[in-house]
Amino acid sequence: MAGPGGDMQWCFSQVKGAIDDDVAEADIISTVEFNHTGELLATGDKGGRVVIFQQEIENKNQPQFRSEYNVYSTFQSHEPEFDYLKSLEIEEKINKIRWLPQKNAAQFLLSTNDKTIKLWKISERDKRPEGYNLKEEDGRYKDPNTITGLRVPVLIPMDLMVEASPRRVFANAHTYHINSISVNSDDETYLSADDLRINLWNLEITDRSFNIVDIKPANMEELTEVITAAEFHPLQCNTFVYSSSKGTIRLCDMRASALCDKHSKLFEEPEDPSNRSFFSEIISSISDVKFSHNGRYMMTRDYLSVKIWDLNMENRPVETYQVHEYLRSKLCSLYENDCIFDKFECCWNGDDSVVMTGSYNNFFRMFDRGQRRDMTLEASRENSKPMQVLKPRKVCAGGKRKKDEISVDSLDFNKKILHTAWHPQDNIIAVATTNNLYIFQDKVN
Amino acid sequence: MSATTAMEVNAEARRILAVSISKLYASRTQRGGLRLHRSLLLSMVMRSARDIYHSSRECEELCGAPPTSEEAMETGPVEQTVQLPEPLTEPRQPAASAVEPPSEEPDSGDEGSDGELAEDKENMSPTRQSRKRRGKAAAAPDFLPSKRARLEPGEERHAALPTSCRAGAGESLAALSLNRVIPAF
Repeated sequence: MAGPGGDMQWCFSQVKGAIDDDVAEADIISTVEFNHTGELLATGDKGGRVVIFQQEIENKNQPQFRSEYNVYSTFQSHEPEFDYLKSLEIEEKINKIRWLPQKNAAQFLLSTNDKTIKLWKISERDKRPEGYNLKEEDGRYKDPNTITGLRVPVLIPMDLMVEASPRRVFANAHTYHINSISVNSDDETYLSADDLRINLWNLEITDRSFNIVDIKPANMEELTEVITAAEFHPLQCNTFVYSSSKGTIRLCDMRASALCDKHSKLFEEPEDPSNRSFFSEIISSISDVKFSHNGRYMMTRDYLSVKIWDLNMENRPVETYQVHEYLRSKLCSLYENDCIFDKFECCWNGDDSVVMTGSYNNFFRMFDRGQRRDMTLEASRENSKPMQVLKPRKVCAGGKRKKDEISVDSLDFNKKILHTAWHPQDNIIAVATTNNLYIFQDKVN
Repeated sequence: MSATTAMEVNAEARRILAVSISKLYASRTQRGGLRLHRSLLLSMVMRSARDIYHSSRECEELCGAPPTSEEAMETGPVEQTVQLPEPLTEPRQPAASAVEPPSEEPDSGDEGSDGELAEDKENMSPTRQSRKRRGKAAAAPDFLPSKRARLEPGEERHAALPTSCRAGAGESLAALSLNRVIPAF
């Protein structure tokens, strides 16, 4: 990645989370998301908790350090539930978090598990009232006979307290497991998608939603594909896309009809016959779809690659980047150890010039679209000295392994980076390993 | 195809099927219930493995003859780069497929056995949805649930035809149990 000063270098900034190797399942990070200014960074985990980090005011004494992220708020968003009708446990794992654009002093985010979406308000309290007429300072009620005067309570400063309160609960609208939520640019509505249906909600109304996509076949035996991700266009409030397990993306226009089963555009790349294999279907399933910030492109992630699509061209992507092509010959083993089902996410940087996604062995990959360059970096405790520059990594696919290269067989497939996020304006990235959150920033020259 | 390679393919297909079925059963006890997407992908893999398994079993029984008898097979491009033992890596058949001339079949089993396996799998296309297999209804493989009694409508049990080993993705005994995976939701 060449900036004005040459190649971009990434430095370690912080790591959050426990150090021990014994990972509690509840601590496994399941989603990471910056808010619209990048000041707040939210993570969700398998235990149903949301942790929000806030970027502190920049340290004027050390200008080469960008501000650090510190814990701002932690709350339990979802609890495990039980569906008595189906005798099914509903996991509390947070599948997605999406921030709402800020309109007043409080921050709002949507968090969802498999079945229920919740709107959380995060607000600060730094003053408290003092001087009640009827109550003592400790809350005990005064003896009315002792009250001789009347006064107005005053607000006095207190230590900052950040409160999270659930403002809306959007429940009972999904038969299948929710995989995506996306806030509309109209600031009023949002969509939620499960395996077979997409619903449109109004942020104010919890007791009803509109079903806008339904791909459930009349006979379930004829099911051939499911919805894997969905997102609203960042600028056009009538447009959204959803990806499928067959590797297709459909763009829908809500103005066309109430039920958007008929797509406006279908994005599909014909399969390369020479790459056909027994597991072709699994690896072509799209695990994530993200619009670029400017709304002209969208990016999809399947098991082995990242593809950039121009919204005006449906028959093939404009760019394809191989994330870890060396795994193509390992698909059988990856099927046996379940890794082939891993759902990797992807993200754009602020000006849509670079895209990033995760891989195995705690590697993550960046692709510079303009420079046609790619880089592999590693999130590890070994490279976590303050401001330590990350050295690019290389995987040796076969043949003679050079020094500093890692052979494919040495990769740790238990160490996977599924969730990454890029600050909307700055070169700060958040990368989630199994239970740690790494924050890297580019080296300010 | 020799009986040995058919056996190897058979064994690999069985292995994949066994792995898939155990995954399917394991997912029933998973927290959060059955995942539709995962079950769909599993059933696709199982379907392909099952078809290959049945094809290779037929070939095992019928095709003691040299490969020249397999003219009717539809094949795809030969998989050249098999780095790891992955016998089930096989190209899918395009709708209009080319017939592979018998001369491409390797003469000896030693020469690039992986390539040979790949070729064999080309021959055992799983995508012949329209062809009904008129194979002998063999005893259900031990890894499948014992639902032998259910036959697809129209499927008859009769001896295998003494023709070339047709690669068929037709219904088989296990078809119903696979088709029932998804409607379980």
